[in-house]
Amino acid sequence: MESTALFTANNVWMMICTALVFFMHLGFSFLEIGLTRQKNAVNILFKNFFVITAGLLLYCIGGFNLMYPGFEEGSMGFFKFAGFGITAPEGGMSAEYASGRYTWWTDFLFQAMFAATAATIVSGAVAERIKLKSFMIFTVIYVGLVYPIIGSWKWGSGFLDQMGFYDFAGSTLVHSVGGWAALIAIYLLGARIGKFNKEGKPNAIPGHNIPLASAGVLILWLGWFGFNGGSVLSADPELTSLTLVTTCLAAAAGGVSSVLFSNILYKNFDLTMFMNGILGGLVGITAGADQMSPIDAILIGLIAGIIIVLGVALVDKLKLDDPVGAIAVHLICGIWGTLSVGIFGAMAGLNQFLIQLIGVGIVGAFSVISALIILYTIKATIGLRVDPDEELKGLDLSEHGMDAYPDFRLNQH
Amino acid sequence: MKKIEAIIRKSKFDQVKEALHNVEVNFFSYWDVTGVGNEKEGHVYRGISYSTSEIQRRYISIIVNDDFVQPTINAILKSAATEKVGDGKIFVLPVEEAYRIRTGEKGGKSLN
Repeated sequence: MESTALFTANNVWMMICTALVFFMHLGFSFLEIGLTRQKNAVNILFKNFFVITAGLLLYCIGGFNLMYPGFEEGSMGFFKFAGFGITAPEGGMSAEYASGRYTWWTDFLFQAMFAATAATIVSGAVAERIKLKSFMIFTVIYVGLVYPIIGSWKWGSGFLDQMGFYDFAGSTLVHSVGGWAALIAIYLLGARIGKFNKEGKPNAIPGHNIPLASAGVLILWLGWFGFNGGSVLSADPELTSLTLVTTCLAAAAGGVSSVLFSNILYKNFDLTMFMNGILGGLVGITAGADQMSPIDAILIGLIAGIIIVLGVALVDKLKLDDPVGAIAVHLICGIWGTLSVGIFGAMAGLNQFLIQLIGVGIVGAFSVISALIILYTIKATIGLRVDPDEELKGLDLSEHGMDAYPDFRLNQH
Repeated sequence: MKKIEAIIRKSKFDQVKEALHNVEVNFFSYWDVTGVGNEKEGHVYRGISYSTSEIQRRYISIIVNDDFVQPTINAILKSAATEKVGDGKIFVLPVEEAYRIRTGEKGGKSLN
């Protein structure tokens, strides 16, 4: 009887976390809309709707069985496909399935919510200039194939897992996988019209709704309770509570260090840096949220916040255009978080650090190569970028024939 | 009959409105306008400093009978001034005719 109660409690926690990860898609949507111009808001929302709907369906069709194919015990699994569709195995609804932590259905849905995130990360970076069709094709291939294959190497007990690589909730497997693709995509796309002046100096293209972006960041933070809290894969009292503590402390430290550091550099209290710093701290703690002490988590967050400020400037310096800071947040802080497992916390050590480094390298290489192949093929065939006049008019009109705020009257101070 | 147009600071609008009421100018239209000029507004966004020369002002349009022209102008001059660059301008233009749509009255009567 007691084990049934525990099984139920565990499963309820996992379903709550699933819902929280789902909620992150609203957070991403708000953040992306807020940090871009109003003429592209409908387009960005459309992409986010597509990512979550297509992501869930693709994960049902094949993603789940690609990511958790059941590699042979002790084998260095690289690729295996357990078949189309999802059918719960015998005993999948009983406490025996996963030592009483969750049912097979919960397992599927929790993982499915993660899958779409990788493409959402790309969506923000390529905003305001990518062709909708091209983005949708890319999403289908990247979420349907690339993400689950990489995921299987670690979370599906494949070769990275066998090597001892550690990525608790996906600094590498989710955030860097999305971040690498975002990097390739913005390199192939080029900057938005007006982002760089004739001398190559970056111009500011302010986002149109900072309050909405702020709501997005706080929603993402809330969603991270599920993203990391659920990655404990049970309601284990000690681990879930520790994970939420480290997650929140890293987020707070990331925000504070980012805003202080940008204040030193730019003599300004930049709210958007505050936001990105919080997200950087969250991404940074994600790889080792269950391995860190509170003080480790704060240090990881503090460093992540500084990385954010430097990362945003670096992206500008490289003449790349990333409207929402996805490269700094998800790619660079994703790498930092993964490496931090070898530097701080219970697993720290040179050997672990090297394993983490190898993992980052392998996942990076595979993500970059697949993103390059997919995106370059799209660019060479149907094209990646909208026409300049469509871009100037805004994608809401040119791709959707819609306005985000048709009745909105501007009343500036 | 004259049309008095004034470009004023938005922050001065309430004072201007009150000053106009005090000289019994109770009807006028206004709208928000954006202009360019020498004034620069410093901004920082994600580590990039930039300034805009876009200036936000309020545009007031008043039609008055001739004996109201000078009091109206004086009211605006007094209430809209901060004595810093950017206080705005006043223009006075002739108006040929005015009609009240409800009654068909024309001329000075239609303005009261």
